[in-house]
Amino acid sequence: MANPTGIGAPVRRREDIRFLTGQGNYTDDINRANQTYAYVLRSPHAHARIREIDVSAAQAAPGVVAVFTGRDMAADGVKGLPCGWQIHSKDGSPMAEPPHPPLAVDIVRYVGDQVAVVIADSLGQARDAAELIEVDYEELPAAVTSDRALAAGAPQIHAEAPGNVCYDWHIGDAAAVDAAFARAKHVTRIDLVNTRLVPNPMEPRSYIGEFDRSTGEYTLWTSSQNPHVIRLLMGAFVLGIPEHKLRVIAPDVGGGFGAKIYHYAEEAIVTWASRKVTRPIKWTADRSEAFLSDAHGRDHLTTCELALDENANFLALRVHTTANLGAYLSTFAPSIPTYLYATLLAGQYKTPAIYAEVKAVFTNTVPVDAYRGAGRPEACYLIERLVENAARETGVDKVEIRRRNFIPPSAMPYNTPVALTYDTGDFARCMDMALKLADYAGFPARKAEAARRGKLRGIGFASYIEACGIAPSNVAGALGARAGLYESAEVRFHPTGSVTVFTGSHSHGQGHETTFAQIVADKFGIPIENVEIVHGDTSKIPFGMGTYGSRSLAVGGSAIVKAVDKVVNKARKIAAHMLEAAETDVEFRDGRFTVAGTDKSLGIGDIALSAYVPHNFPLEELEPGLDEQAFYDPKNFTYPNGTQICEVEIDPETGVVRIVNFVAADDFGRVINPMIVEGQVHGGLVQGIGQALLEHAVYDPDSGQLLSGSYMDYCMPRADDVPSFTVAYHEEAPCTHNPLGVKGCGEAGTIGGAAAVMNAVVDALADLGVTHLDMPATPERVWRAINARRPAAVAAE
Amino acid sequence: MPTVSMTVNGRPATGEVEGRTLLVQFLRDQLRLTGTHVGCDTSQCGACVVHVDGRSVKSCTILAVQAQGCEVTTIEGLAAADGTLHPMQAAFREHHGLQCGFCTPGMVMSAVELARDNAGLTEAQVREGLEGNLCRCTGYHNIVKAVLAGAEAMQGQRPAAAE
Ligand code: FES
Ligand code: FES
Repeated sequence: MANPTGIGAPVRRREDIRFLTGQGNYTDDINRANQTYAYVLRSPHAHARIREIDVSAAQAAPGVVAVFTGRDMAADGVKGLPCGWQIHSKDGSPMAEPPHPPLAVDIVRYVGDQVAVVIADSLGQARDAAELIEVDYEELPAAVTSDRALAAGAPQIHAEAPGNVCYDWHIGDAAAVDAAFARAKHVTRIDLVNTRLVPNPMEPRSYIGEFDRSTGEYTLWTSSQNPHVIRLLMGAFVLGIPEHKLRVIAPDVGGGFGAKIYHYAEEAIVTWASRKVTRPIKWTADRSEAFLSDAHGRDHLTTCELALDENANFLALRVHTTANLGAYLSTFAPSIPTYLYATLLAGQYKTPAIYAEVKAVFTNTVPVDAYRGAGRPEACYLIERLVENAARETGVDKVEIRRRNFIPPSAMPYNTPVALTYDTGDFARCMDMALKLADYAGFPARKAEAARRGKLRGIGFASYIEACGIAPSNVAGALGARAGLYESAEVRFHPTGSVTVFTGSHSHGQGHETTFAQIVADKFGIPIENVEIVHGDTSKIPFGMGTYGSRSLAVGGSAIVKAVDKVVNKARKIAAHMLEAAETDVEFRDGRFTVAGTDKSLGIGDIALSAYVPHNFPLEELEPGLDEQAFYDPKNFTYPNGTQICEVEIDPETGVVRIVNFVAADDFGRVINPMIVEGQVHGGLVQGIGQALLEHAVYDPDSGQLLSGSYMDYCMPRADDVPSFTVAYHEEAPCTHNPLGVKGCGEAGTIGGAAAVMNAVVDALADLGVTHLDMPATPERVWRAINARRPAAVAAE
Repeated sequence: MPTVSMTVNGRPATGEVEGRTLLVQFLRDQLRLTGTHVGCDTSQCGACVVHVDGRSVKSCTILAVQAQGCEVTTIEGLAAADGTLHPMQAAFREHHGLQCGFCTPGMVMSAVELARDNAGLTEAQVREGLEGNLCRCTGYHNIVKAVLAGAEAMQGQRPAAAE
């Protein structure tokens, strides 16, 4: 490696110093002069009509500056929160798209729905005053689970969505699948629940709205993953503020995992109200509010069937899913159980025929949208659960059945029956790496040893593939996306040799300030200290789409490379002029332009100086300056993939599942900073393990109260719940269509994690006759599964 | 409103607070020491951990008035005056024990106490000792590595006489 801080080096993160010394700058750390505080009053009912709201006592309370309701906002012309993706049903009709006012008007539709906002000099005063607001509710029957919402006579949540159906969509070839099932030798079938989760970034959402009367400009500080998207959605669709009068800043953001992609009501509320009260307004969710108002994830009910021939070759896959979207459409909700889910149902396998139906349903619950993995963990979970059950049922080893059905590297690029084209991947290689690291061959001995200690040992795999960096924009547009999916970058090479990079990507833990600087320093051949990465402020960065879906390096990094290349190309022209050589004779290496075959050369810093002090400069041909912008729109998705292997040990007396080993062998394409990538894998895996063993957002099915609404009830993974991991990379199948050859790594751990754990749990219990267990595999659930199958043992106790 | 006085990061600090004001609110809102974070409202996440008279405390679980006369150390007071990182801070950086940084101040403050109280920490002890601190980003793997390394570095730094 030529450059110790270049591509491939585990460079320590430059952002760490501020976080480690308490100098981070998260939204709630920011205080504006004369700032007020907002408290949002939320609905205690899952479904109710608001007969009347009396805010007079609250308005008169000490310190209160203003109180607003949904009617106030509507009367002022404020529109509903927009949805960024439109799905069409099987019959061609567009999805139901009911209005989503920032503060409820007339009807509340979930526990936590925004009803009114109190703005006061202190948060305590705002909170106290909110208790004085009298809301006269007429309670309505609620539809909390998706099957109840679909039942005949279910309460209607929106007039625009008859039967509570948002859309009824499908993909694939139903006839081919039926024919394959008709001739199948074996069919494996599972009914499963993909549980509802709460993303829970550790920093609760926080916003500050400020209006400057002298300029007519609004500023919103927001804990967002994508400030430009928020400016566009809120400015153009909700508040009617043109871009040049609205600045959105996403400073340090404490984790996102999807939950901070969306445009939320409170952003619009503080921005709009800051003009009404002509003072800055800060709103920060407390954790209980976060549970009731951050978009949730997953929540699928699925029936899936895999048809196999006599040699355990997969013939066809049939999937029916009901997806709970919650009470309103969150920003990207419709795309998650469709184009980010069903298009991944081929997995790593050459299953020739696939058909999936997805019915999306409104319920009286918090809106559901993308959460780390977003659709792809749901797809992986059902495929990998089916594969391992099929292996067991047909008596073919789980490794062998995968090997037999993997798409071979020779078939790449490979068109799946569900609309994707995989560019590269060597699935067997990754699995072989994982087998070795997990000592799969030694498993039977370990199982026998555990059995001697009275423990049940199981091993489970997840061979996952994901599609990252949704693209290209025109294809996504044809599928219903209402946004572009490119990324932007500006590379400003300064006169004395330092560089500032402005990126549309946003870092909220991913370490872009380090990784992107590595790329730029490496490409320019300059010290990494001379490169600064700027992100998160719409007044500085070009219009970009932000960070989600493991896209930052593949799309945002590619935009940076494109801009760097433009700078180098211009610099080469300047160098040719200065060195009095033909441009084609000038080579660029390690930061120097050299005339081929001579010792005549100039550093890129010399070129930069002359670009800004253009005395010896080809002014007839070039403009001065060395500052280039690029927008990169990918040609295809990238396809990270790999195999994860989890080994568990279960204590049959307590039902406690302990993960004793966890291995991940991943193909992320080229790796820029292995230290950071590994960290992303660890974090992703624990979110997968969390779903498998611990986490579950549970609603009371009748009242619609969120029963797991705090860390007392919602079981977050803690340090002693999870193991250490073994992580390895396969780097020899780089992405073929982006300049870095990178694929993305942010979600991989979560996409495979839950499937690997649940396969291991079922494997451990298989000898008892257990064929399926729904998540989370809590001690109680596991203990019941064990004891339901050994009544004699229980009776004897 | 009651007046409260304490020593924070070696300097005297005084302010008027409501009886209900939590220590974390006093630190963040009045002293503008925003390195101490609030991640929950049930005393479960540990983002708010500071040291009060040398012991780690969740600053969201005590009232500001309860810290009257105490010595409080926050994450801002951990590094040396010249900016040299505390060995635990340095170990978190070296071992990539942080991503978004939000849990980090509380995590580091908890880890410092854990290491101080237990010579020869094991991985299991670290995992158990950090039970009160949630991190959603790192999966804990690198935090555990960092704490073990940080603890070792702290041992190395400790003058023999203090053992
Ligand atoms: S803020 Fe969560 S424990 Fe104090
Ligand atoms: S680093 Fe983000 S929560 Fe721990």
